[in-house]
Amino acid sequence: MTVGVAEVQAAIEAASALEAARITATLIRITGDWSLAEDCVQDAFARALVDWPERGIPGNPAAWLTTVAKNRAIDCLRSAASEQKAVRELSILAGLEGLADDEAGDPADGDDRLRLIYTCCHPALPLEARVALTLRTVAGLTTSEIARAFLVSEPTMSKRLVRARAKIRDAGIPYRVPPPELISERTAGILAVLYLMFNEGYSAGGGDSLARAPLAREAIRLNRLLIALLDGSPQQPEAMGLLALMLFHHGRRHARTDAAGDLVTLEDQDRERWDREATAEAVALLAAADRRGIARGSRPGSYRIQAAIAGCHMTARDFGSTEFARLALLHDRLAQLAPSPVVELNRAVAVAMSQGPDAGLDLIERLERTRSLEGYYLLPAAKADLLRRLGRMPEAGHEYRRARELAPSEAERRYLSKRLAETRRDEPGVL
Amino acid sequence: MDYMLFICTDPTAPEYVPAEDNIVEWAAEMDARGITRHGDRLRPVADATTVTVRAGEVVVADGPFAETKEWIAGYDIIACADLDEAIEVASKHPMAKFGKIEIRPVWPLGL
Repeated sequence: MTVGVAEVQAAIEAASALEAARITATLIRITGDWSLAEDCVQDAFARALVDWPERGIPGNPAAWLTTVAKNRAIDCLRSAASEQKAVRELSILAGLEGLADDEAGDPADGDDRLRLIYTCCHPALPLEARVALTLRTVAGLTTSEIARAFLVSEPTMSKRLVRARAKIRDAGIPYRVPPPELISERTAGILAVLYLMFNEGYSAGGGDSLARAPLAREAIRLNRLLIALLDGSPQQPEAMGLLALMLFHHGRRHARTDAAGDLVTLEDQDRERWDREATAEAVALLAAADRRGIARGSRPGSYRIQAAIAGCHMTARDFGSTEFARLALLHDRLAQLAPSPVVELNRAVAVAMSQGPDAGLDLIERLERTRSLEGYYLLPAAKADLLRRLGRMPEAGHEYRRARELAPSEAERRYLSKRLAETRRDEPGVL
Repeated sequence: MDYMLFICTDPTAPEYVPAEDNIVEWAAEMDARGITRHGDRLRPVADATTVTVRAGEVVVADGPFAETKEWIAGYDIIACADLDEAIEVASKHPMAKFGKIEIRPVWPLGL
């Protein structure tokens, strides 16, 4: 029996999206060996690629893959165990042999994938390793795909992953869902990793954007998985808030730059190009997060508030009809919950929109005096924008120039140059 | 698993407040839990001596082998279930507040 290549490809892709992490997570639980688990699962998928076109796609692809990966692990451990006769390895073998093919995960003890995510995002690992390991082990990306997304060579990324797995083993990082006293901070840690992953993909500009785009997509996929795994937990509403935030940003991805690749601000974006489906899902998620948050007594954290802020923009018909007063209120709450100079700056902009540019300018000048955002280009950029709205063009021009000097990317510098030119429109001869 | 806690000074840490020093309670709790194997404070680096043997000769020098602003003020060898427990133990130590603590897993030589 032969099956079409496309059909096999589709079956393997589906299994890899749904099952790879589950099988890896279970093999890690039983063997405690991350590299072995990853290699065996990769081998199982490689076998499927050869086997399925000839013999047909098995009725239960997940069970087939689990069996092959399990047997591969048993073979590897047997040859090692026969040399060392290590008692530990023998007990691992017993655990593997007892693993039913359709039993990925231990239902009584929660999903193994949740253990895997918490362990990959353990705070004792360097942040970049947490992101890489989550992409490798939970999302199932290959080392070369991750290396490409982070613009490093494959050996460099491979070393980073090897070091991370070694630290998990040698420093005794536990493979588990953390106990109640740690669950809140550790879940916040996972969300931070996912948001970083998303931003790495989302904010990539120019030639890098193609290589890095998968990061945003994987962050959204992993966040969906996390929400499913956290069902019933008080941590779930905040994870939903983060997904809503990502989807709001994601929904604007086509409108963020114009045909020439230049940045377009929120105010000037063509709202017809916003992704309605993503926006609708994000709005529904936020509402569900609020309902569940109330039911479980968990107050909105910073992701839910940031998502509500993004939602204010995404659901407004046009820029003018944005609920600016509500926006300013949400920024107030965010500033109380997670005070930072950047949050203060955003609050100043929201206040400017709801109470007038003067009120916002006041806050920005106060922030300037603290010198906490020195060197951050968005401070002079925001100030310039308010000065421009007040018609104070020479001052606005000065601030746009400062912002342009500090801007991190070519796209941002081009945008600021354009704005700078506008401040001089009435002064021919000055360039 | 055994870990060694290096209890270090940190010039950027908040100033030491004797009233907030709970080392006696910490030691009592960790003893009661069977965590601490051995631990104590160390004399300052002024009392340190560095020894090397080069070409068969013992060379003795005054002072620590590295001049740093941070130095090891004490140590504890602890037995914990995993790194999370070691982090919890370290975070309760008063010097986590007034200095910093480095956790290093013991790497048994198996002799």
